[in-house]
Amino acid sequence: MAELELCNVTQAYADQRVIDDLSLELQQGDIGCLLGPSGCGKTTLLRCVAGFEAIAGGEIRIGAKPVSRAGWTLAAHARQVGMVFQDYALFTHLSVSENIGFGLHGWSRDARRQRVAQLLELVDLGNLADRQTHQLSGGQQQRVALARALAPRPKLLLMDEPFSNLDVALREQLSAEVRTILKAEGSTSLIVTHDQYEAFALADWVGVMHAGRMAQWDTPYNLYHRPRLRFVADFIGQGTLLPGQVQTGCLIRTELGDLDGMLAGPDGSADGATCAFSGEVDVLLRPDDVVHDDASPMRAEVLHKAFRGAEFLYTLKLPSGQQVLSLVPSHHNHAVGEQIGIQLAADHVVAFRREQNAVV
Amino acid sequence: MVRALTQWFDPWRLLAGAVVALVLVPVGVSLLAFADVDASIWQHLAEFVLPDLLRNTFWLLLGVGLAVTLVGVSLAALVALCEFPGRRWLQWALLLPLAVPAYVNAFVVIDLLDFSGPLQSWLRGSWGITGLPDIRSGWGVVLVLTLSLYPYVYLIARNAFATQGSAALEAAQALGLPPGQGFVRVALPMARPWIAAGLLLALMETLADFGTMAVFNFDTFTTAIYKAWYGMFSLSAAAQLSCFLLLFVLVMVAAEQRSRRGIRYTTVGRASALRRRRLSPLTGVLALGFAMLVLMLAFGLPVVQLLRWSLATALQDLDARYWGFVWHSVLLAVLGAALVVAVALLLAYAARQRPGAWMTWLQRLATLGYAFPGAVLAVGWFIPVAALDAWLAGLGQAWLGVDTNGWLKGTLLVMLLGYLVRFLAVAFGPVGSGLQRLGRHVDEAANSMGVAGWALLLRVHWPALRTSLQTAAVLTFVDIVKEMPITLMTRPFGWDTLAVRIFEMTSEGEWQRAALPALAIVLVALVPMVLLTGQKEQTHG
Repeated sequence: MAELELCNVTQAYADQRVIDDLSLELQQGDIGCLLGPSGCGKTTLLRCVAGFEAIAGGEIRIGAKPVSRAGWTLAAHARQVGMVFQDYALFTHLSVSENIGFGLHGWSRDARRQRVAQLLELVDLGNLADRQTHQLSGGQQQRVALARALAPRPKLLLMDEPFSNLDVALREQLSAEVRTILKAEGSTSLIVTHDQYEAFALADWVGVMHAGRMAQWDTPYNLYHRPRLRFVADFIGQGTLLPGQVQTGCLIRTELGDLDGMLAGPDGSADGATCAFSGEVDVLLRPDDVVHDDASPMRAEVLHKAFRGAEFLYTLKLPSGQQVLSLVPSHHNHAVGEQIGIQLAADHVVAFRREQNAVV
Repeated sequence: MVRALTQWFDPWRLLAGAVVALVLVPVGVSLLAFADVDASIWQHLAEFVLPDLLRNTFWLLLGVGLAVTLVGVSLAALVALCEFPGRRWLQWALLLPLAVPAYVNAFVVIDLLDFSGPLQSWLRGSWGITGLPDIRSGWGVVLVLTLSLYPYVYLIARNAFATQGSAALEAAQALGLPPGQGFVRVALPMARPWIAAGLLLALMETLADFGTMAVFNFDTFTTAIYKAWYGMFSLSAAAQLSCFLLLFVLVMVAAEQRSRRGIRYTTVGRASALRRRRLSPLTGVLALGFAMLVLMLAFGLPVVQLLRWSLATALQDLDARYWGFVWHSVLLAVLGAALVVAVALLLAYAARQRPGAWMTWLQRLATLGYAFPGAVLAVGWFIPVAALDAWLAGLGQAWLGVDTNGWLKGTLLVMLLGYLVRFLAVAFGPVGSGLQRLGRHVDEAANSMGVAGWALLLRVHWPALRTSLQTAAVLTFVDIVKEMPITLMTRPFGWDTLAVRIFEMTSEGEWQRAALPALAIVLVALVPMVLLTGQKEQTHG
């Protein structure tokens, strides 16, 4: 059963539409991530779900129960929704365990103590129960905020850029930890982030938002390999678009050879078969789709190279002037300006109709 | 050895040390006064004066403390956390009472609420209501001080609520607490260190206040010091009373330092995420009414009344003598502000050139003077300067055969030293933080581009510090214009300023004739508020 449902939600400040006819569903126990550039409306959407913002149209349901409609908003405190704020918003006048137990009003003293102890253990802060919040490191504060939000067993947990105040190394470690904790609690969660690797590490479902609309709500794998819009292809991961022509027999002919591909739907809603279309397309090539092969007759000039430890990321110029990216094991060290042999290693690619150029 | 000596005689350290010495002299003088106790006077004080003073001070601190907290916090919460008609305008306007010195509001309030005043006359005449509490009592003093001191609590609490209060309220709401309960359980306790800081500022002003007490004829330590000096001609008794007052101040400062510890550690969230709670029409009107009532009593009424009186007396009082008061006020304030800002700048540079724990301590001690009541500083600086003067006069007679009454006593020196100690912190705030923003890397960057020495000061530091220096100068200028006890007690003979004129007219009960100088002070005090708001808007836009 869908624990969270957003149906055609619209939200606006004055005349400015912040969220535009957006829908999504999150199943019980699933972790969803909202991803997008700053200003795309993802935090506003989260605040609408939390009940801090009213919506102008559509409906939000939590556990099948409507909580927001145009002109009516169930108060945030009546929603049983937990929220982890970007700056944690810990209560500085309370200790760690008092912070975690804050939302357990109406629980018996024993039940409360047990629940707090359980959460302290879950977030691995058992030895810091009586500390004041200012004595904690950033990562510890983050975990207190998470434990506090989880404590009352909310129907839905919301997190707003939960790792943005932490340094990079801690971020990776914590995002893996948080996924484990959320799965252990079985909580349905919606997380806002602008970092796609964080989203991939955390979430079962990721939604890429663009200008208040949901560009694509999908699994991390599909977002990377089956983007439905140029915007998503561009926003997620690295890659280049290579011009091609759909041939009879459903193949796409490009400068690098013929490819079997799938055509992104014009509105991004459905995947179309290539055969139904004939004409100019752009093929999405990820850096791992182009491999280095000295024996290959296809040559390209090295324009740029970036050393990444195990690999080089080469920016290559094809004879036509088109550029592609290629990820090559780092013992193949070529100089800028050198011609190297390349080959396509993509068995299945995504193509976008050329006339969409104007759209996105 | 030589190295240790040169280290010790480092000019920057010596400079900071000298400023600290200036601050500590009045304290030392007050303490030393106990070496010379005049038994008869002291017995009189202990028997008849001290018990009253202690009782009055205690009730005053309690009353003002409670009232200021209640008014300041409730207004701050309304303005920072709720949305109602007029809120945007009020959040700024509620600071206006800072421009009305308590001693000015004092005589306006007395005139309005006295037995023979318009309110009581009307109540008696139209409704037959009598037996209202006498305004010339502790209650009246508490009312007046609350009206002019609540902005301290309001300002600091408003910032606390605005920065972290709303985020905390949302967090509480996400944990199932309705906003009202969230305020009581989260926003209020989290703002406690800030509220305490504002409250302590207000209480220190209460302890230091002289003018209001004089208008109400209400005995506290400040007025007792004045009376001991001018009534009993006992400087030592005045200094001994200063000690008691300093003891109160010490307790306050210690308490403030304790409460500040909380502030240092507390992270303040982003103010931008603020969502104010919209009040229903009825509660919105009530909130507006409450704020307007406070604003009317604290600012509107006094200003209107001063205007009326000034118009009535302008023809008679707007003469050459009045311009003399203005001239004296302005001259003193300009001299004082220049001195104070210069010393503040030197102190800030000392801290920049020789950073370290030592310097931090010296700096803290040097800016402690804002906590010393003016009456204490007046006595504390008059005694040593008079002693120096007598010594110099003796020297003059012995060596030069010149008979003199002293060179220093009749000058502005004592006054300026008093201002320096009292207002150094006022100027140091903007100057110090301005210089701090100009990090040391800026110097290094300039050096690497070949700019050093005077060129560095002129081309980098001066443009960067100009606004801070202006702010510091304006704030100090206004504080000196408003200042009463130091000016009153240590001015050269005949050196009357606007504040002194107000004191003289009010002590004769001539409210109307105190109005014109009072109005001038209010106008001057409005300047920095307008200026500072303008600056804030600039940085925002």
